[in-house]
Amino acid sequence: MHNNIPSNQDIQREMLHAAGYANFDELADKLIPKSFRLREKLDLNDAMSEWEHKRDIAERDKLSSSNSTHISFLGGGSYDHFVPHVVDVLISRSEFYTAYTPYQAEVSQGTLQAMYEYQSMICELTGMDLANSSMYDGASALAEACLLAVRHTRKNKIAISKSVNPTYREVAYTYARYLDVEFVELDLEGLHTDFNALSDVLDESFAAVVIQTPNFYGELEDVSNVKSIIKGSTQLIAVVNPMSLSLVKSPGEMGADIAVGEGQSLGNHISFGGPYIGFFAVKKPLIRKIPGRIAGETVDADGNRAFVMVLRTREQDIRREKATSNICTNQGLNALAACVYMASMGKNGLKRIAELNIQKAHYLADEINALKGWDVKSQQFFNEFTVECPIPADDVVSKCLDAGFFAGISLRKFGLNENQLLVAVTEKRTRQDMDAFVALLKTI
Amino acid sequence: MNVPENLKYTEDHEWVKVDGDELIIGITDYAQGELGDVVFVETPFEGDTFEKGESAGTIEAVKTVADVLMPISGTVTAINDALEDTPELLNKDAFGEGWIMKIRPESMESVNHLLDAETYQRLIS
Repeated sequence: MHNNIPSNQDIQREMLHAAGYANFDELADKLIPKSFRLREKLDLNDAMSEWEHKRDIAERDKLSSSNSTHISFLGGGSYDHFVPHVVDVLISRSEFYTAYTPYQAEVSQGTLQAMYEYQSMICELTGMDLANSSMYDGASALAEACLLAVRHTRKNKIAISKSVNPTYREVAYTYARYLDVEFVELDLEGLHTDFNALSDVLDESFAAVVIQTPNFYGELEDVSNVKSIIKGSTQLIAVVNPMSLSLVKSPGEMGADIAVGEGQSLGNHISFGGPYIGFFAVKKPLIRKIPGRIAGETVDADGNRAFVMVLRTREQDIRREKATSNICTNQGLNALAACVYMASMGKNGLKRIAELNIQKAHYLADEINALKGWDVKSQQFFNEFTVECPIPADDVVSKCLDAGFFAGISLRKFGLNENQLLVAVTEKRTRQDMDAFVALLKTI
Repeated sequence: MNVPENLKYTEDHEWVKVDGDELIIGITDYAQGELGDVVFVETPFEGDTFEKGESAGTIEAVKTVADVLMPISGTVTAINDALEDTPELLNKDAFGEGWIMKIRPESMESVNHLLDAETYQRLIS
């Protein structure tokens, strides 16, 4: 491997000398705080030749192929949906995945067209006027939505429901930590936002109200409720699950000014928690203030249809300290996956998948609710629901794990009752999967 | 290149027009040509006060971004609201409908230190 490393000891010594250090340790001591400096050597095996390395990988492959996969009811923000083969085939084309972000944008007409189509489909799904070409993930999309509302209204208070995904809230608070933004958390009534409490706290000093539907606990929230409570210029930010939008009212219909959410469900694998893709869509008045980049349609010098990248000058690499947002570029490949997924499913396909999700989730909820000692708390839900277990949810999770199931997310760590479990069902779960799961729960 | 005689200019390619005891400020035709299509103008708020040379706003074009620099110290008295929805006015009519803001200068006398049309013309040719 050494011949592939371009700097040798002589070059390193020369660079250190120019920087005024006798050796590398001296440089590291200067730059890295003592408490973070690793003194002992890393415990690594000896270097291998390429051939040895290949043989080693082949051995490990044999081992990993013997892993059995668990049946998953995990959700809480990422969902085990089916990804059609066409998605991976198309996004793996080198024209797309090597040039993941176009720096000389207009040379990459194919990428721009894909982004343009992705944006158009997100607009149609959310019922909004304009979508950008994506954010890092659902959480950072929410954080940016809050900052946009603050910029637009010139107000600094944001009311955010406690039913919004706790990790999203944390990211939003982190983004706003050193800005003059104050978050006011709205209490719950059962698993819903308490809209009476909202109308008590809400006045014209708020930049935005943030509601998630279906919310973190799976419940659908009636966001149009909020629209009637809001006064003045306060913006309504809706965090939504794109999979649900073929069946439930879109944020646009519910009067949202900004719609954001996690786009992983649309043709992106769960992977190990990322990379994911946040979608970000707004109504007309916010068009010129939206963060991120947008692919637009125009005509070239000969009058042919062509695509351009607009608004990217506000990204951080160009605006530097004056940037209005943290996003540079977009989740190009993930947005492309979402684009291919939506296009290949089509309107009817997306609706069918959504129906399967809701039917299967309700089937499982009914079956679990019929078990003695188990109580499904959710009433109106899409593909995820909260169950009160007879024993701590942590114990349910570990017992199911041994039996080959990911039972769901224990809500103990999110400050809820330790017996509550969040269960998600996608179109991939069969009736046999669910019946086997219920049979297992019965024995717990 | 269009450089109206009745305006004053800065080396940063802005124009200043005396309007009673106030000044109207914009960017020159040359500047908008260099920037290209303007897509967004971030303006200050009425009542904001800036020193000469401070950035009072930002102009976003498709490929670049530029500051609106204060040609003279003063307080913002009016903003061209039309720019919010039609920033392309800067391209279409830089010396007219594309004006950016009005200010009340700390001293009207400072206007005399700005460039006249002839000097500015030389600067850009």
